[in-house]
Amino acid sequence: MTEASATQTPATETAVAAKLASESRNATKAMLTEFWYYFSQNRGAVIGLAFFLALVVVAVFAPLVAPHAPDTQYRDSFLTPPVWEAGGKAAFLLGTDAVGRDILSRLIYGARYSLFIGVIVVTIALSGGIVLGVIAGYFRGAVDTFIMRVMDIILAFPSLLLALVLVAILGPGLTNAMIAIALVLQPHFVRLTRAAVLSERNRDYVVAARLAGAGNMRLMFKTILPNCLSPLIVQATLSFSSAILDAAALGFLGMGAQPPTPEWGTMLAEAREFILRAWWVVTFPGLAILITVLAINLVGDGLRDALDPKLKRS
Amino acid sequence: MLRFLVGRIGLLIPTFIGVTLVAFSFIRLLPGDPLDLLAGERGIDPERKAELLRQMGFDKPMWQQYLMYLGDILQGDLGTSFVSKKPVLTEFLTLFPATVELALCAILLAVLLGIPAGIFAAVKRGSFFDQSIMGTALVGYSMPIFWWGLLLIILFSGILQWTPVSGRISLIYFFPQDTGFMLIDSLRSGEKGAFASAVRHLILPSVVLATIPLAVIARQTRSAMLEVLGEDYVRTARAKGLSPLRVIGLHALRNALIPVITTIGLQVGVLLAGAILTETIFSWPGIGKWLVDSISRRDYFVVQGALLLIAAIVMIVNLIVDVLYGLVNPRIRHT
Amino acid sequence: MPLLEIRNLVVEFDTAAGPFRALDGVDYTVDAGEVLAIVGESGSGKSVAMLAVMGLLPDTATITADRMAFEGRDLATLSPKDRRQVIGKDISMIFQEPIASLNPCFTVGFQIGEVLKTHTRLSGSERAARVIELLKAVGIPEPERRLSSFPHQMSGGQCQRVMIAMAIACSPKLLIADEPTTALDVTIQKQILDLLLKLQAESGMGLIMITHDMGVVAETADRVVVQYQGRQMEEADVLSLFESPKHPYTKALLSALPENATGDRLPTVGDFRALFETAPKEATA
Repeated sequence: MTEASATQTPATETAVAAKLASESRNATKAMLTEFWYYFSQNRGAVIGLAFFLALVVVAVFAPLVAPHAPDTQYRDSFLTPPVWEAGGKAAFLLGTDAVGRDILSRLIYGARYSLFIGVIVVTIALSGGIVLGVIAGYFRGAVDTFIMRVMDIILAFPSLLLALVLVAILGPGLTNAMIAIALVLQPHFVRLTRAAVLSERNRDYVVAARLAGAGNMRLMFKTILPNCLSPLIVQATLSFSSAILDAAALGFLGMGAQPPTPEWGTMLAEAREFILRAWWVVTFPGLAILITVLAINLVGDGLRDALDPKLKRS
Repeated sequence: MLRFLVGRIGLLIPTFIGVTLVAFSFIRLLPGDPLDLLAGERGIDPERKAELLRQMGFDKPMWQQYLMYLGDILQGDLGTSFVSKKPVLTEFLTLFPATVELALCAILLAVLLGIPAGIFAAVKRGSFFDQSIMGTALVGYSMPIFWWGLLLIILFSGILQWTPVSGRISLIYFFPQDTGFMLIDSLRSGEKGAFASAVRHLILPSVVLATIPLAVIARQTRSAMLEVLGEDYVRTARAKGLSPLRVIGLHALRNALIPVITTIGLQVGVLLAGAILTETIFSWPGIGKWLVDSISRRDYFVVQGALLLIAAIVMIVNLIVDVLYGLVNPRIRHT
Repeated sequence: MPLLEIRNLVVEFDTAAGPFRALDGVDYTVDAGEVLAIVGESGSGKSVAMLAVMGLLPDTATITADRMAFEGRDLATLSPKDRRQVIGKDISMIFQEPIASLNPCFTVGFQIGEVLKTHTRLSGSERAARVIELLKAVGIPEPERRLSSFPHQMSGGQCQRVMIAMAIACSPKLLIADEPTTALDVTIQKQILDLLLKLQAESGMGLIMITHDMGVVAETADRVVVQYQGRQMEEADVLSLFESPKHPYTKALLSALPENATGDRLPTVGDFRALFETAPKEATA
């Protein structure tokens, strides 16, 4: 074997490398095709994904899509009902709030905040959780015990309570709310990553890589981690929706984004006092949260089914 | 079983110490020191302040302060509210029954509806019923409950005028609240209509608080049932000639309940977080509303105490659930 | 009248890839006191047939048969309720994985007693006595103590004995054993087979032994049905099957026995595939 490779010319070596690369590309492509096949079997997941993508487009192009600026106050139109109700105006499809701002436009701009919150929170929680989880699972021993005990402590507090307290320390505002939520969601990623790493670390392929001389960093993040991704992807999706929910809850309690930010939870908090007078100021922001979270959870369910090899077989 | 229990309690001790550390650090991490917060905008004479800080032990090294704090906790002293001047523990114990009453009603609702719904969906897998139940459950799972509460208020209190908007009982009733549980106290008072009023006040908050646990329990029951229904012992039960009711309701359900009990236990944290929102919306005088009010009033010793107490409750309930789990699972009970 | 008579049994499963025919027109006859072995590789449909008799196939299965009668009663036309009175009482079945086949959440005593409670009118104390008697009959030591054991506290062989006790609780007329020894240690296999044969001889019940093991067939059966891919290849009494197998597949199966190894290589059924595959060559190429 060594003799054969020694006699190979450099040209054939690059050819072999290219062939290997293309084969690995093909394998990835086949995997994605298979994944998409299972994912697309789930009608709800596809609908959820379509809605989510549409929301992303709307959020990105908010200034083009929204009929009004989110903070323009129309003094002649306080609490105008939606267009189909008596007294509605065609200019304000979903009506206006107590200071005459167009609700639809605020919702469209609000989508930016919700998606931004989701992305940032999941990025922080996921990267922090993966690093801690891989370290805990890979090194075991005292490091593992310490990390996991700290996670237990975080999990002993109801998530919203801990987020509230953190915001009390850091001061109310969207950024601090996001940090707090990321910290609260992180232990789930740590636990998942650790469990996956524990089940993988003694597999033959890891031992083989170790014997081939791979260092700790390479073993942790290049060899083991890619094989632990499925549960993390699902958890990331679910965390995306809980981040949106929690941020909205903090906004609702006055501890998240501050008025006049058109964040959906904050809009609800502002609308609360008009609840029995103007149903639309309360209904639409909440509906926006519900539908967005629902769409993401549908995608999450679809991902879980498509990535779970146990369900695949049946 | 005893070893199992001792092991679980042993695991709780470091976590509890961690929780006290978090609560301890909370006050020290706040911007400014406690007295600035207490004095507010009026300010305070520096000498008087130094004197007070000394009295409260804030001049000592951190580790001594922490040990003092631990000692206080062990004696049941969780500090005093700036606002009411009452001990935090006393306030907590006065308000706690209201939250327990609400949370118990909610979890009862969630279990009594969620488990049958999950079983039914699993047995009729793929049917219209399965799809509707699971669709509804996913909506419930995705629900922003603070909005859901407002929506129900608009419908039932605003349009239909069936239920009151806030509080635990109508103000026209006045009777001693010995147990703190309004349902029990109103019954014991013998006042006409008091119990009905308490029930009507309890309905909407319970429904709101039950929404997410209900959805989670229904989903978990369904998937646990589906897994169990494929097991060999279910086939054995059918091969014995048992009725479908007995096969599903006894042989399958008994096994499916094991993971479901864990799920129910995990809902305690969800319930307490939900109580913060639900009690705020319905002005329910429990610990959730107390906490939010204290944060906005900057009554930080209350927040610190509540933080510790709520974490302790979550830990105790989780311990009880672990024991229950061991009791329903013979593989753990007999090892 | 035969105990169990099945003519032209066809079972199809609905799958995502369209209907799959697991059994294609098989016949079985079992008389009282007779031991019938059904042999075949996995996928030959040998378990499916008996699960169809027991009514244990999932809803995705479509079962048709010219005749499927137990003691002359047509099983197919029985209402589910009437059928449940036969299943577990007159026809009972034991399975391949004894530990997984017992419910982990209930005691052994409860699981055996449950059969008696369902199918007999014995009182509580009579049932308890009968359960102990049954555990003794299947050779479980200290049956009084074992009553309150859970399946995970017992070995695989003991679990299979409990399954057998459960199956013979109501003195069935027909016992179906689906690979009863496959999951067990070799030393235990023999004991379980002997136990089954002893119980069969004592009670005179019919016994259907589903197996892939020609050794088990030779030791236990009076008559043998050989199945391959859902079809019946051969039916014969056990002596003539081993001495002069008629169907090429049976010959292949017998050649694959370890005793028939030539040199250092054990022939497999696949080596003989060309002899018995009826599908035309062009279709598969």
